[in-house]
Amino acid sequence: MDDQKKMAIIATKGTLDWAYPPFILASTAAALGYETQIFFTFYGLQMLRKDLSGLKVSPLGNPGMPMKMPFGPKWFRDINWNMPNAIQSLVPGYESLATVLMKQTIKNNGVASIPELRELCQEAEVKFIACQMTVELFGFEHSDFIDGVEYGGAATFFEFAGETDICLYI
Amino acid sequence: MDFDKELDARGLNCPLPILRCKKALNDCTSGQVLKVVSTDPGSVKDFAAFAKQTGNELLASSEAGSEYTFFIKKK
Repeated sequence: MDDQKKMAIIATKGTLDWAYPPFILASTAAALGYETQIFFTFYGLQMLRKDLSGLKVSPLGNPGMPMKMPFGPKWFRDINWNMPNAIQSLVPGYESLATVLMKQTIKNNGVASIPELRELCQEAEVKFIACQMTVELFGFEHSDFIDGVEYGGAATFFEFAGETDICLYI
Repeated sequence: MDFDKELDARGLNCPLPILRCKKALNDCTSGQVLKVVSTDPGSVKDFAAFAKQTGNELLASSEAGSEYTFFIKKK
């Protein structure tokens, strides 16, 4: 066995905020010399789609998410616009609005976009494996996903995960 | 301090300064020194950790105002 460190991640979430941890950790691990794989399953498959515009962030039922404006003077930016779930759920487009604001905040803070981080992972030879069972379960086609993705099941994941130094479920 | 290459990572946030640094080091030859300037306060600890784990030597790390400068010698 070689002595290269290895990391495996299972990515299960399909929202904009939860797309960050797998791609940040995988790209950084690769930069530190880890051989890295991400196994995308269930909603995590959204992160492999050619079109990532479906990744959204929802403040609904998410009390940990501050709702702040990414523009205007500081006193205005500091206001937290959180409102009760019942009201959020009635406002059409509230999720889309929150996503637009979040993307702007991300940009303002010099944080990379998800397409950028995903590309950095691919450049660094992070291996992407999509769970074939959930691809079929959700009615996806391989053509919905970017090139370079491998398709496999739980046994495929364990083949690599069993030899890793770090293994995360996100 | 003398350096061979410079990387401007100002305005970038975690993990971009480290990823760009890694990329820039790929274009250096062994023994060359890369200067990195960053504005991410987290990068102080991150560059030390990066150097320790990759074997590239962090020759100097300094702070001036809200800018952080690192000199990294490629392994």
